[in-house]
Amino acid sequence: MNDELIIAGKAYQSRLLVGTGKYKDFAETRAAIDASGAQIVTVAIRRTNIGQHADEPSLLDSLPPEEFTYLPNTAGCYSADDAVRTLRLARELLDGHKLVKLEVLGDPKTLYPNVIETIAAAKTLVKDGFDVMVYTSDDPIIAKQLEDIGCCAVMPLASLIGSGMGILNPWNLQIIIENAKVPVLVDAGVGTASDASIAMELGCAGILMNTAIAGAQNPVLMASAMRKAVEAGRDAFLAGRMSKKLYSASPSSPAAGLITG
Amino acid sequence: MHIFINGNLRQLASENVTISVLVVTLNLTGKRLAIEKNGEIVPRSQFDIVTLHDGDKLEIVGAVGGG
Repeated sequence: MNDELIIAGKAYQSRLLVGTGKYKDFAETRAAIDASGAQIVTVAIRRTNIGQHADEPSLLDSLPPEEFTYLPNTAGCYSADDAVRTLRLARELLDGHKLVKLEVLGDPKTLYPNVIETIAAAKTLVKDGFDVMVYTSDDPIIAKQLEDIGCCAVMPLASLIGSGMGILNPWNLQIIIENAKVPVLVDAGVGTASDASIAMELGCAGILMNTAIAGAQNPVLMASAMRKAVEAGRDAFLAGRMSKKLYSASPSSPAAGLITG
Repeated sequence: MHIFINGNLRQLASENVTISVLVVTLNLTGKRLAIEKNGEIVPRSQFDIVTLHDGDKLEIVGAVGGG
């Protein structure tokens, strides 16, 4: 079955997008990403370490651009200006790369998004020619506004970044998905495989996660679990689940032919 | 002259150094990076042309792991 995720006109077979932070080393990063089957990987933009470690391997060496689509993010930005500045540097860094993840945070304790700054940054970036995948709260009105601005994907949180609390408000996610004409991906909050399946069963186009994999006791095994969970959840969504009822008057086995007497 | 690189003051031996020369000086040859000078991005194609002046503020960034 041809069931691709289309983002900004490009087709992807995997609906699992992964972050590259918090791993032990680049070898573990690479092994986990391979096990996840992800084709889109997020990267952060930071000041280069000047001096001593000239021969130090870089993240991009272990994740070559021929194999992965990079999704530079604005993690750690608390204003629209900082986010826009970061992504313009990212575009230069990655030879004109347009696909980006916008996130503007509002609070260092919760890492909850500042949607006002997010909207301002999204407007500037879209005008500037970026393909913007935007991290936001699970507010359906804001999600719609971000879509109307021209973001190519809307990515509401399932719960707070790095919390692993799972899908806290499936109803809001469902409203956002119903209203959207662009892909809706859950970004942040997934803790384990069942969370990923639940999000996909709701009709999410995909999931972006980092800590759920990198923070597992065995990240590579969890990456594999997440790949299966996303695929299972997607298939279940496409298959259409049976309706829920308190009890069933129609057993699965035939009522006739019972051995009695 | 003195310039600021990633927030740190740094002394350069000569004046009118190009970005390309600075990249070599900093042992960053061949590294994938992007450079901002006084808030403006310097495209890689202009590294040979753009020169540095006393008090310039540079940001030199790369990609690292993140979610």
